[in-house]
Amino acid sequence: MRRQSRINLQGHARNLIAALALICVVGTQASADESVTVVSWGGSYAEACKKAVLDPFAEETGIEVRLESYNGGLAQIRAQVETGNVHWDVVDLEFADLARGCDEGLFELIDIDELPPAHDGTPARDDYFEGTFSECGGGGIFYSTVYAYNNESFAGQRPSTIEDFFDLEKFPGRRGMRRTAGANLEFALLADGVPPDEIYAVLDTPGGVNRAFGKLDTIKEHIVWWEAGAQPPQMLADQEVVMSTAYNGRIFNAQVLEQQPFTIVWDGQVLDYGQFAIVAGTPNLEAARSYLLFASRVENMAAIGHYIAYSPTRRSGIDLITTHRETGVEMRPHMPSAPENMGRVVRNDWEWWADHGEEINERFSAWLSR
Amino acid sequence: MALSLAGARVRAAALTLPLVAFIGVTFLAPLGLMLARSVHEPLVADSLPDTLAVLENWDGVSLPGEDVFQALARELLTLHKQRSLGGVATRVNRLESGMRSAIVRTARQLRNADPGSWREAMIAAAPIWNEPKAWRALQRSGERYTLRHFLHALDLERDSEGNVVAQPPDQRIYLSLLGRTLMVSVVITVICLILGYPVAYLIANSPPSRSNLLLLLVLVPFWTSLLVRTTSWIVLLQNQGVINDLLVAVGLTTEESRIPMIYNMTGTLVAMTQILLPFMVLPLYAVMRTIAPSQMRAAAALGASFGQAFVRVYWPQTLPGIAAGSLLVFILSIGYYITPALVGGRTGQLISNLIAYHMQQSLNWGLAAALGAILLVCVALLFFLFNRLVGVERMRFT
Repeated sequence: MRRQSRINLQGHARNLIAALALICVVGTQASADESVTVVSWGGSYAEACKKAVLDPFAEETGIEVRLESYNGGLAQIRAQVETGNVHWDVVDLEFADLARGCDEGLFELIDIDELPPAHDGTPARDDYFEGTFSECGGGGIFYSTVYAYNNESFAGQRPSTIEDFFDLEKFPGRRGMRRTAGANLEFALLADGVPPDEIYAVLDTPGGVNRAFGKLDTIKEHIVWWEAGAQPPQMLADQEVVMSTAYNGRIFNAQVLEQQPFTIVWDGQVLDYGQFAIVAGTPNLEAARSYLLFASRVENMAAIGHYIAYSPTRRSGIDLITTHRETGVEMRPHMPSAPENMGRVVRNDWEWWADHGEEINERFSAWLSR
Repeated sequence: MALSLAGARVRAAALTLPLVAFIGVTFLAPLGLMLARSVHEPLVADSLPDTLAVLENWDGVSLPGEDVFQALARELLTLHKQRSLGGVATRVNRLESGMRSAIVRTARQLRNADPGSWREAMIAAAPIWNEPKAWRALQRSGERYTLRHFLHALDLERDSEGNVVAQPPDQRIYLSLLGRTLMVSVVITVICLILGYPVAYLIANSPPSRSNLLLLLVLVPFWTSLLVRTTSWIVLLQNQGVINDLLVAVGLTTEESRIPMIYNMTGTLVAMTQILLPFMVLPLYAVMRTIAPSQMRAAAALGASFGQAFVRVYWPQTLPGIAAGSLLVFILSIGYYITPALVGGRTGQLISNLIAYHMQQSLNWGLAAALGAILLVCVALLFFLFNRLVGVERMRFT
């Protein structure tokens, strides 16, 4: 009898192990088939994307979503596509990179008519703002490069215009700027008296670029250069700099989530937009496509605006944004597109940068190292 | 007898085959392919064969004929359909900024049209086709083999007549950066020698228990991750860092005039010296260990002062170690990349940081390869000189 039961127990154990093994095999297979790696810009923006889009997507579809971060550019994507070893499925891109990469065949084509329509039935094609979608993109936000300061750095008068950023006499101290030519040349020309809508016409003349670099020369010795979008709030908090250019959403999140005494100067903001795209040749194409379609739904595009101050690039999404989900702050006045923030605005001309970026950035490197 | 000797030699040589194959596959082949990129750029030539063929009859000044426009339009449309237009556009754009959008826009607008005149249709899409410079850029980017990248890496370029001229001063960067890199490498080598020599002497001339401890002190940082050491320097040297805090606390500087010690050349020099110091100390120690202490005592017994004994007896015997250590440190620092990138800020960047920029950001691999080749030639030249002056066979690494 005893012996009998032991044999039985062994039999049970064997069955259990077999079942467990089966679950493991099935489990790993399911996750290998159903996962998608999304690459975004890190820090509080990636955090917002995760809460607004990635987590709800994983919940709705059961597809596992992995989040990675990068600092922009096409190099890593090109390397993956050219070697046929694609491990990024979906990437969040600046529009200039998206357009260039799309022309080079680095991204899968997306038919705009496949994207979900607005709630009133308006097709996506008409719902997107003019020129903010590419034949490889989905989702999309407006964001803005502004400059911000720490209130504690200024006892008396505070900066309020883009001219003040370049005014060392009125506001002495170090300034943070992104280590690239983009947006910095625009700021420099604005501060030098060029009207916002003539910036790129001036940059197109040979003297225009000189003029911009000349203006940057006036504060060159006082600039601390940053590369990742998460750096400027940190530098301002540490008072490593008295003011810094930054992405508006990062400053907003530092204001509301960390109660940092920061102020954004909207004057002279450089408005830009970006989209998600699927890397060509990804082994997880189906999962990546369903992610992209999910991220292109108006309510999901607007949801990002409930966690960080970036607004959707679809018209019907603007009105869906109400308050910050975690603190209840009214979002609209913090958006780049709020009328009171739209005084002097430069609309980033991605096409100009796609054409001239390489030459200008080489000159920027030469200028920097001098 | 001779036969069996030859057989043994063949067998011995066969034993090295795996290593030779390994070096060939993992080192020589990639290196060769990369260097080939600096002169070989076939993409445009392969993508636009018909256009380049008819463009050969072009006089280079006037506007090309309708046949050229037609050939280009056809090929652009094909490329656009294959989604490989972007690479061609980017390469032509390197010779003439603005060509990228011109090419892409032209292909888009011609897509659905079969116009009577390709010339008019293309100029309507992008007015730059009306200018000879657009066609010159196209022609020159179609050269399969080119010295363009080497010219660029030496701050030179070709003007519209094809003469080699200096780049405009605002664009010049590589020569001065190369000079700076060589300077920094020399300075770091000298500092390492000055700092490392007494340390190696101390280790070599201490009783074993103490010398082992001292050696460990040299080796532990050597074994510590490069990134950890570099970031530790950031903690120490930054504006709100330990050293500045200390200087302010003891009153040597004030809160307002904290000394900028990092994100500049000082940061690069300090961090690189510390990281490369073991490469100087270890060869020196290896040589000094073999010098019997009795020699110095004998010199003293014969009436030499310590200074005389050092200069005439000790120092000459350490020369092979000095040579080995200096060569190691110099060659390592000439290609150093990660430390200057992290602590060099604006003024502490070296040539390798620009190579990395062209590899990773601008994606101009041809230029990166040319810069790398020039760096390689510099190192080879210096090694040759060094060999002439000191003699490689005299060096001692262990």
